[in-house]
Amino acid sequence: MFKTLIKVAAVFSVLLFSSISKAADPIRIPVLNWSSQIVMANVMAQVFEEMGYTAELVPAESASRYEAVRIGDLHVAHETWESTMALPFYEAMDKGGLIDAGSHNLITFEEMGVPNWVIEEGLCPGLPNWEALKDPACAANFATADSDGKGRWLEGPYEWHTEVMPNRLKGLGIDDLWTVKFAGSADALWAELKAAKAEGRGTVIFNWSPNFTDAAGFTFIDFPPYFEGCRLENGGTLETTGCGSPKGWLKKAAHIKFPLTHPSAYKFYTKMSFTAPQIGLMADLVDSQGMDHAAAATEFISQHRDLIDLWKN
Amino acid sequence: MLNNFKKSKPQQFSFLILIFLFLYFVVPEDENSLLWRLPPLLKDIPAFINYLLDNLMFNWLTIPVYDPDWGMYEDQAIVRLITRSISDFLLFLIIFIREFFLGGMQTISSLTGDSLKGLKLAYLPAIPWTAVIMGLFILGYKLQGLSLALIASLGFFYVSVFGQWEPTMETLSLVLVTAPICFFLGLFFGILGYLSKKVETTLQPILNVAQTMPHFSYLVPIIVFFGVGDHAGAVATIIFATPPMIRLTILGLRKISPEIVESGLMSGCNRFQLLFRVLIPTARRDILIGVNQVIMQCLAMTTIAAFIGAKGLGFNLKVALNGLKIGKAAEIGICVVIIAVVLDKLSLAWANKQKDYFANLSFFQRNKAFVYFLFLTLILGIIAYFSAFYFEEGINFLYLIPFGKGLTIAPLLDAGVDWIWETFFYYLNIFNKFLITYVLFVMRDAYLGMPVISTFFLIMGAGYIIGGIRSCIIVGGLILFIALSEYWDRALITAYMATFAVGISAINGIVVGSLCARNEISTKIILSICDFFQTFPSFIYLIPVILLFGITDTSVMIAAIAYASVPATRYTVEGLRSVPSSLHDAGSMSGVSNLQRWISIEFPLALPHIMLGLNQTVIFALMMIVLGALIGTEDLGQIIMGSLSRPGGAGIGFTLGIFVSFICLAVDNLIRTWTDERKKLLGIN
Repeated sequence: MFKTLIKVAAVFSVLLFSSISKAADPIRIPVLNWSSQIVMANVMAQVFEEMGYTAELVPAESASRYEAVRIGDLHVAHETWESTMALPFYEAMDKGGLIDAGSHNLITFEEMGVPNWVIEEGLCPGLPNWEALKDPACAANFATADSDGKGRWLEGPYEWHTEVMPNRLKGLGIDDLWTVKFAGSADALWAELKAAKAEGRGTVIFNWSPNFTDAAGFTFIDFPPYFEGCRLENGGTLETTGCGSPKGWLKKAAHIKFPLTHPSAYKFYTKMSFTAPQIGLMADLVDSQGMDHAAAATEFISQHRDLIDLWKN
Repeated sequence: MLNNFKKSKPQQFSFLILIFLFLYFVVPEDENSLLWRLPPLLKDIPAFINYLLDNLMFNWLTIPVYDPDWGMYEDQAIVRLITRSISDFLLFLIIFIREFFLGGMQTISSLTGDSLKGLKLAYLPAIPWTAVIMGLFILGYKLQGLSLALIASLGFFYVSVFGQWEPTMETLSLVLVTAPICFFLGLFFGILGYLSKKVETTLQPILNVAQTMPHFSYLVPIIVFFGVGDHAGAVATIIFATPPMIRLTILGLRKISPEIVESGLMSGCNRFQLLFRVLIPTARRDILIGVNQVIMQCLAMTTIAAFIGAKGLGFNLKVALNGLKIGKAAEIGICVVIIAVVLDKLSLAWANKQKDYFANLSFFQRNKAFVYFLFLTLILGIIAYFSAFYFEEGINFLYLIPFGKGLTIAPLLDAGVDWIWETFFYYLNIFNKFLITYVLFVMRDAYLGMPVISTFFLIMGAGYIIGGIRSCIIVGGLILFIALSEYWDRALITAYMATFAVGISAINGIVVGSLCARNEISTKIILSICDFFQTFPSFIYLIPVILLFGITDTSVMIAAIAYASVPATRYTVEGLRSVPSSLHDAGSMSGVSNLQRWISIEFPLALPHIMLGLNQTVIFALMMIVLGALIGTEDLGQIIMGSLSRPGGAGIGFTLGIFVSFICLAVDNLIRTWTDERKKLLGIN
């Protein structure tokens, strides 16, 4: 009796409310908090609207959005970085509901590195070769108040790669000279870049490319080459865990019903494949030229009209 | 001697601390010893919560639902259908209000289906911003008078001229939906709590947890239940903003003297009439404070709501901070404060307005203000329509000033931050190094080196001395829950940061509060400064603090102190101001100096209220320390923040959120028991 009551109530509430807002069914695109991602979301939204769909931009959080894509609250996740987002991406795929809609036409790179002015001022002679880090005089230039006299590596948030960087220091045998600090957010990384420059103090931070820092000049450190299984957590040993980071993909994820509900939008989405300079331009239009995101997207589309039309057909 | 000891609390406390220190130094550091650390018996809780959520949302109580996309029936869990219907309903309301301010056709077309899709006419144009401001002016004037009219219209004028109209209206539409929902929910549960003791005792712990749990720990469960988008932001806001409304409703109704109830009954009220005609109007003042709190809390949540999909100022703030645009972020923060002030004053004026009982007025006389508003909107709309031909580039400044096209003081603010940096960095850096090496790290190591047995002895002992065996068991139980998890060490780090931040904030608050409470004007000024910092999004401090102090614990501490000093100051001022002036006079007549009067009359009398402020200070400090994970910490907050982007994060985040909440509740229990007793002693009710 009780069960049927619940069911009746549920059906009624569903009838009452969901029919109201589902009719329009816009394509929901997540926007995160960095420029290129937001501009790309706007580009997609404008193209979808040209094609006769309605699109809606939904502010979201970088990793939790895969669960949202999986259950259909969002339709796409258009910038999926291998090293930081592969985990939630594949977890959502395991549970069922998220599909891989192909990759962008570029290789992403993520690594510890230094801003160019650190090299120019000779704070650590021999960079970008990692062997330069063995010099105690070099490490001393990267010390901060809480690093106990050691040089400091500023890694991204812990959940991005967990123990990889502390292990790498051990593997390279330089953990007596260097220590790892985990920043809490990407914002904190950029704040550290700015603060270190103003202070004239050396800084080694985790960074990636393509990124807006490419324009200001940023050099990644050359570590021993990566190979499958070199890291401790993938079955490597202490000797091999000093290896650098792998080159990665930049994927596009979609909800499993997206091809069914918005077929030509999905076709465009799978064909859409940006290159590193194009993504750089998206960030540049906002960060350097001061456009707002929607205007930057319009500008980008008008500059790449041929390409967009090619993907639309 | 023993009798003396039984009576003297200071003696008992010093004895407690002696034993604590003894245990601290005697118990060896040994991972296997139960005296050093307890085993993680409760470590499966997060996995259990995830299991529960998963099944609730996908497996249990399913009914077949027809899916037109697949063209077949699909089993869907009832719970999910219900929560999603709530989401859809909230979203519909938010978009509906948003379309008034910003234009659109989503809600119209969703009501008519696809039939209107092709028609251009079905687009609802926005009310021009000029008309909204005129409307606010008229509303303010009608509710209170010229001053309110000016505050309301000038506030929104600022917002528009600075190019923040669109995000502000997005935020406003969210608040205009959530605030009334919080109000009605709060009133409803408050009345239930008033009517039934049972309901109140069940509500109390839930409210405590909802108010003290860090926001980030319930964001992931909300995503699971309600999805991402404005509706999810609305749900998070409702969870946070409703409890004070419930509390104040219960409080207000309880305070009503029985004579009033009796007179109501004598006049022949039935139960409903008694409630709605007698009790609620009498409790109006407290309920009004509740409304004011709801509005403040709703706006305090704007940035947090942006993490799960709310559009508006909070989202723009996050984007600005990611680009280190502090000036721009501050401008957005000011907009949040402006909406808070305007909504707060308008709602207060509306609630204070006496009902007028003139009969036989014509329709025009009754609705004069509304008619004027419609008329002006029409005129301003026509002006906006034609001015579109005057402005170039498709931007119509009299209709809507687009984001980023307004005035800006951001370069000025940025230059200010740079100037502070250049002028003080050298000294700050020395201070930073000193603080970290000689204070913070020493303190952290001391906390981490604390054997679990001595921690419990200290906490439960304090509970026993203050509140007897009852407090002792409650406090011990709350902390035991944390000690039996894997995260005890992290909780110790959180505790160290909280202790430091609360200590400094309390000193700040008491000193500043005492100085400002000396006279009328400075009291007013300091209270409005408190209001400002309470609604100004605390995220904004994070970036300048990193620039000044680097990614270190100092930065987290500074941010926490800046935020937690607010309640400490506010309660000190309120406490001191509430000391009756006859007592001041009595003191002065006995020939005390100002300082003596403060030490022996005002401060002891205000102390119970100040301690309640301390309670709030603890909550505020912990909230900010958890938020400090965005800078980079190694405590509970780091995992709570990380749970947002971690598979299965719902369980972990929620569990750790409960931990933080339990720390608050333990402190709350001690302080509340102490103040209650103290108030009895002093004869304050």
